[in-house]
This record gives sequence, C-alpha cells and structure tokens, in this order.
Amino acid sequence: MADDNQGNRPLSPHLTIYRPQLVSMTSILTRITGNALLLGAVLAVWWLLAAATSAEYFAFADGLITSWFGDLVMTLSLWALWYHSFAGLRHLYWDTGRGLEIEMAERLGVAIIVGSVVMTILTLLMI
Amino acid sequence: MAYLTDLKRAVGMGAAHEGTEHHWAMTKSSAALLILIPLFIFTFGPMLGRPHAEVVAFYSRPFPAVITALTLVVVFMHFKGGVQALIEDYVHGFARKLLIILTMIFSYGAAATGLFAIAKIAL
Repeated sequence: MADDNQGNRPLSPHLTIYRPQLVSMTSILTRITGNALLLGAVLAVWWLLAAATSAEYFAFADGLITSWFGDLVMTLSLWALWYHSFAGLRHLYWDTGRGLEIEMAERLGVAIIVGSVVMTILTLLMI
Repeated sequence: MAYLTDLKRAVGMGAAHEGTEHHWAMTKSSAALLILIPLFIFTFGPMLGRPHAEVVAFYSRPFPAVITALTLVVVFMHFKGGVQALIEDYVHGFARKLLIILTMIFSYGAAATGLFAIAKIAL
C-alpha cells in the first residue's frame, strides 16, 4: 500500500542543509516583510478610523503613531513596503521566465536590498 | 459530453479541485499594488502628524480618498492570500483551518473598517 513506508522515506534536502544564500535570504525576507506589514496596516487603518471619529481621538492616535516608537514602527514598515514591492516586482519578472540565471537572480537580490533602502531614505526626506 | 473540450473536461477534476487561481489572484493584486503603493505612500505619509482639520480636508478630496480606498481593498485581499499561503506552508490540521478563517475575518474586517473611515471622512 501507499502508506507502508510512511515517515521512513528518504527526504529531499530542505532549508537546513543549505548554506544561506542571497537568493534564498531575499526570498524569505519577502514573506517576512509581507506578513510583518500587518502591524503597519493595522496602525494605518486605526489612524484613518480615528480621523473619522473625532479630533480628540485623532490627536491620540496620531500622537502615538508619530511618537518615537510610532516613528520606528512606521519607518520599518515603510522599508518593508518598499522591499516587498521590489521583491514582488522580481517575482513578476521571474514569472515571465526571465532573470532566473544564478548571476542575474543574485544581481536582482542586491538591487532589491539597495533599492528598498534608497527608496526608504528618499521617502523619509520627501515626506 | 461530446460538446465539451478536453480542457473543460479536465478543469476542477484534480485532487485539489482547482488550479492556479490563487497564484493568478496574487499576480493581479501585486501588479495593482505596484501602482497603488507609491501613490498611497505619498498621500498617506505627508498627512501623519498634521492637524485633524487638515487631514479631514485632505481625505475629502477625490484623489486621496479613492487612492486610499483602492489601496486598502487590494492590500487586504493580497494580504489574505499571502498569509493563507504562509499558513498552508507551516501549519497543519485543525490549526491551519482555524488560522485561515481568522485571516479571512481580519482581512475583510480591516478592509471594511478602512473603507468606512474613508467614506465617513470624504462624504
């Protein structure tokens, strides 16, 4: 039967057996940033809801989001948003069957990291 | 049956009863977000820390209101799909189903809350 050997089959090598590489690290960071953006998204919705509610409630929400801790969370969220956007763009490009050669994939990884940091700094300077 | 194409006969018959819908949905929402996210960042960002009256006046204008509403809807639907993929990769059994349901509740709830806020400010 199909289940005779359950739990005792040879397994294909998984994450733990590989040396960390730029392509795998930038890939897992895409998932981490995407899910971590939960916090920034909730704060943004809360801020909008506060603005829709009253001036007093808005002052409280806005004060919290623009406090040093709020600034830290929003700055990291901003970077996560740019990172996830650039990494998503890389996925869309990969989906067309292009850019999958190791050298190109690594170059795109560097571009995502540099691009997201540069865009975060530029955004902070502009707003 | 004779009138069905080979493709039509095969679609939905696999063990999962579906194919690439999830991936295609994520592709479409990510393409939309490539346009919406920069617009959102540069409308939402400058408003942080501004006086309440100015924020209300800003989001009463069509462009910021529409951009923010669209972004909220697409963001939370994209989030729902992405978190679901994460859960399906790492969580199994009952906990998987529960977490996916909670993700759905959160995503639709957050999108609806944001839309309500924008509508209340803008209208």
